[in-house]
Amino acid sequence: MNFLYAAYAATWVIHVVYLGTLVTRYMRLRRDVDELKRK
Amino acid sequence: MKRIFPILALLTGAFLSYALYLALEVAPTEQTMGDVQRIFYYHVPSAWTAFLLFFINLVASVLYLVRRIPSADRIANWVVIAIGGVTCIAAFMVKQLPQGVEPSSVATTGIGIAAIYFLIRRYFSGDGADALAVVSAEVGVVFCTVVLVTGPLWARPVWGIWWTWDMRLTSTLILWLIYVSYLFLRRFSSSSQTAVLAAALAIFGALDVPLVYFSIWFFRTQHPQPVIGGGGSIDPRMLHVLLINWLAFLCFAGLLCWSRYRLEIVRRQVEEAQALKSLESVR
Amino acid sequence: MSIVSITRATLVKDLRLEWRSKDAINSMLFFSLLVVVIFSFAFDPTAEESRRIAGGLIWVAFLFAAVVALNQTWARELRNQVMDAYRVSPAPANGLFLAKALGNFIFVSVLEALMTPLFVIFYTLRPLGPAYQLVIVAGLGTWALVVNGTFFAAMSLRTRSREIMLPLLLFPILIPALLGMVEATTAILTGEYSAKFWIALLVAYDVVFTIGSLMLFELVLHAE
Repeated sequence: MNFLYAAYAATWVIHVVYLGTLVTRYMRLRRDVDELKRK
Repeated sequence: MKRIFPILALLTGAFLSYALYLALEVAPTEQTMGDVQRIFYYHVPSAWTAFLLFFINLVASVLYLVRRIPSADRIANWVVIAIGGVTCIAAFMVKQLPQGVEPSSVATTGIGIAAIYFLIRRYFSGDGADALAVVSAEVGVVFCTVVLVTGPLWARPVWGIWWTWDMRLTSTLILWLIYVSYLFLRRFSSSSQTAVLAAALAIFGALDVPLVYFSIWFFRTQHPQPVIGGGGSIDPRMLHVLLINWLAFLCFAGLLCWSRYRLEIVRRQVEEAQALKSLESVR
Repeated sequence: MSIVSITRATLVKDLRLEWRSKDAINSMLFFSLLVVVIFSFAFDPTAEESRRIAGGLIWVAFLFAAVVALNQTWARELRNQVMDAYRVSPAPANGLFLAKALGNFIFVSVLEALMTPLFVIFYTLRPLGPAYQLVIVAGLGTWALVVNGTFFAAMSLRTRSREIMLPLLLFPILIPALLGMVEATTAILTGEYSAKFWIALLVAYDVVFTIGSLMLFELVLHAE
């Protein structure tokens, strides 16, 4: 039974981690755009 | 467009929650495997989504390469129409289809292939197709990882082993490897024509797939291995839950791809702007 | 200029260069010898088991030796800007690719010819099945390694960490062929089942990827 919850949890952990990388990359891009606008 | 996104995200979240509820509570418990079998409702839709995304990558890669040469473009159009047409006709003409394969599904697959090709061709320009290739490869790898993690978690309690050279697991593993190497090529390549190289790699990967299939199939007949996921007919209530989950994950994958696509477009624009800036500062 | 003449001219040039400098050959030969010895220390089974795993061992050893050899394929061309000359010339790119692939094929076959007797000695191997098939398997398997290896080596030219990029790209795509080579060799060595299907698979793999490489190489050559 634990395996069932582990599998479901693992699925969402993987998706959340990926979403996290997207958010990080987006924030870095925002910083770059601001830098470009300033110069 | 941007205002729709949060609404769609909420809807997808609700849909996924509903699908989860169906998978955990509503779906009937499997006779032999018990509740662990419910992993099936996450494992299989993720696999189908990953394969669909990899297929989109292949189409986007081919389109990117083919668009640069008008004659090749025309030939490719006719080839795709031929594929669609032949599968449709063959589905109903061939007497002996493999077991469990319906003529309607074969025909739908053929039409689906052609539809995806022409839709992508219509809505994505040259560079857009390349961005789509990156996006579908990345999100595809994410879903593929889910398949590879949930598979052993399902196999262990049911069959006592973590891994087996099962058709689906093994071909998923190899696809995962091929596409991770694709992503590495994208990241490490310092050529200006990375897109072309990556597209060539995607085509090679696609050429590999049938060979992988046959080699594993024969390997299994010579060295019999347990089958994960079971074949045969499926209870209609389970099928209903499975399809709902697949639809929910498709929506989720769509949103992921859309976000990643916008990110990619902006990233490319920023890169270009930075390159221009550094050129100007030299002058 | 026809493909055949280009291929032959480039191949002869490469072979002559290799023969004169001998730097690549000597180091590769010694590397292959080392690989066989290391494997023999790592996997030391009795004569009965050795036939079962020797197929896998031999091909993995060949694979690593081939990767080291392939990494040097284009290095010389890069050093002297030969690639730019090829790109500008009207000669068909396929000729260059074939020449490189054939040169690598010869090179890797020489390495295999050296490693095989050593394996036979260390593992006391004696094929229980039809031994002539081993030559066919060796030829088909080596061509599979080399045709994709040469193509991916060209792809990796303009990447950071070029040396690791080649195996990264090559190994996943090579898996069905590797399965074929190993299973065929094991089938012949143990004599327990027929290698025919695996040989057919290797033929299919070679045909598919030779055609694929020839068709796509032009793109890769110009994509630097």
